[in-house]
Amino acid sequence: MAGEVLVLCEQADGKLKVISNEILTKGREISTALGAGLSAVIAGSGIEPLGQELSNWAGKVFVLDSLQLASYTTDGYTKALANLITAQQPKLVLCGASSQGRDLIPRVAAKLKGALASNCSDLRVENGGLVATRPVYGEKTYAQVALKGEGLQFVSIRPKAVVPIEPEAPAGGQVFKIDPNVAPEDLRTSVVETIKGAGGMIELTEADIIVSGGRGTKGDEGFKCVEDLARELNAAVGASRSVVDAGWKAHSFQVGQTGKVVSPQLYVAAGISGAIQHLAGMRTSRVIVAINKDPEAPIFKLADYGIVADLFQACPLLTEEIRKLKAQQ
Amino acid sequence: MMNIIVCVKQVPDTAATIKLDPTGKSISQENITYVLNPFDEYAIEEALQTKEKFGGEVTLVTMGPDRAEEALRTGLAMGADKGIHITDPQLAGTDFFGTARVLAAAIKTVPHDIIFCGKVAVDDNAGQVGPQIAELLGIPQVTAATKVEIAEGGASAKVNREIEGATEVLQTSLPAVITAEKDLNQPRYPSLPGIMKAKQKPVQKMTLADLGLNPAEFGSGASKFEITSMAMPSKREGGRIIQGDLPVAVRELVKLLHEEAKVI
Repeated sequence: MAGEVLVLCEQADGKLKVISNEILTKGREISTALGAGLSAVIAGSGIEPLGQELSNWAGKVFVLDSLQLASYTTDGYTKALANLITAQQPKLVLCGASSQGRDLIPRVAAKLKGALASNCSDLRVENGGLVATRPVYGEKTYAQVALKGEGLQFVSIRPKAVVPIEPEAPAGGQVFKIDPNVAPEDLRTSVVETIKGAGGMIELTEADIIVSGGRGTKGDEGFKCVEDLARELNAAVGASRSVVDAGWKAHSFQVGQTGKVVSPQLYVAAGISGAIQHLAGMRTSRVIVAINKDPEAPIFKLADYGIVADLFQACPLLTEEIRKLKAQQ
Repeated sequence: MMNIIVCVKQVPDTAATIKLDPTGKSISQENITYVLNPFDEYAIEEALQTKEKFGGEVTLVTMGPDRAEEALRTGLAMGADKGIHITDPQLAGTDFFGTARVLAAAIKTVPHDIIFCGKVAVDDNAGQVGPQIAELLGIPQVTAATKVEIAEGGASAKVNREIEGATEVLQTSLPAVITAEKDLNQPRYPSLPGIMKAKQKPVQKMTLADLGLNPAEFGSGASKFEITSMAMPSKREGGRIIQGDLPVAVRELVKLLHEEAKVI
């Protein structure tokens, strides 16, 4: 498959992760534009059924199946993926800029001396070459980056940058099950334990709707009405930097330049003034709603819909109205 | 006793307003204040705490123009012992892997039991250099660490790392590269005596030749990327305030979200 586009997919508990569909969608677009074949790779243990699922997307599917790949480890996945790439010689390897992709791909790229454009928000073909869009300087500007040279190229695309579109017709790809030959002694790092986030919490970078609270919540206690609204909307909960710096919420909740960059369909900012660092993390949201007491808050300039009000009054009313709407549906 | 390395980078202040220069391919340097990359502060703090617990020495390593020494001085004022500043006119425009090669070469010149980096530099937003240094040195890595517990004797560590919706607890052998997430610790502020002392601490200047690297393999000419243009984010058509009594406004908002924006 020399010269093909290879998409690195991700699974959790034997199910394909949404990021995989996003990257496969982009991979199909790029391989079509380049006139190259599309192949897919998935790694794990006991994941053979996923090969069939991926054969709907790609002409070739490589299933790296091994007990040693049951949990993601840098060493195990680096070895397995690097060996596959060396054998198959793709032109381009695409993956998601997820926690796994951000850990794995720089290392594989270094091992194989390939070029990596990481954390891209878009990728396209121009004059036969690849051009990536990379948000830089905290989303304050976007660099258009041409990938030069003939060598192996890697591109990681961040979550929610691509709207996944299922294939119109199954690609009917060939599935190759490969034993990656990873031995226990290859793994210098092992997973001792995985501690799930608080009950049923939705991951910010994967959420379609996010409700975030800022300094206006006045504390962890005040966050309750933000969380109630999030629950009613089936949304993830976010926080501004001042909330995290004050210790009201853990850093894993932070949206912004030193937190998470999110791009949901709907972003509700409650009691967030809209500091430049925060806007950097959520400005690509499709629809932004702002609730703030201060009519001069910068967040209103960005928001599609604003309500000038105390969040402690507005959030419970909003929660109630959404409950009514859901009851009608 | 541990030989602790921290890789640092000088970046524009996160509060800075970014404008493009006339070429439209890079940012204007006017009115930009440079600071130590915020994530590197966590890396330095973890290094200092490691030294306090196990003894040893903290060495900061940076690559960049003359002004990058300021970032080293900030870290030295926090309490690091010495710095290595790789600076060479040929390095301008070096890509991410090239940067990792330079830093790895510099780290090889000194003993290293553990290497801390920030998880990403907030300017280039690449997050590549830490894992690539680990690969070049042939040692393990843990990225986006939120907790590090080094075992007695310094041969291994238990490290927490944040993943989507969960925290992973990893056991790793040392030496390793560990990249710092924001939750890792609370970085200390440089004290006034710390700032005074930092001025006297040694900073070794190195060039590509000093590291035995071929200059032709670095710089913009050797980069595998070319920035063809930069664009400011498109302006959002915001600013619509829903007027009226709060219950009426909230009802109107829900109606708009449902019927106009179709997001709920």
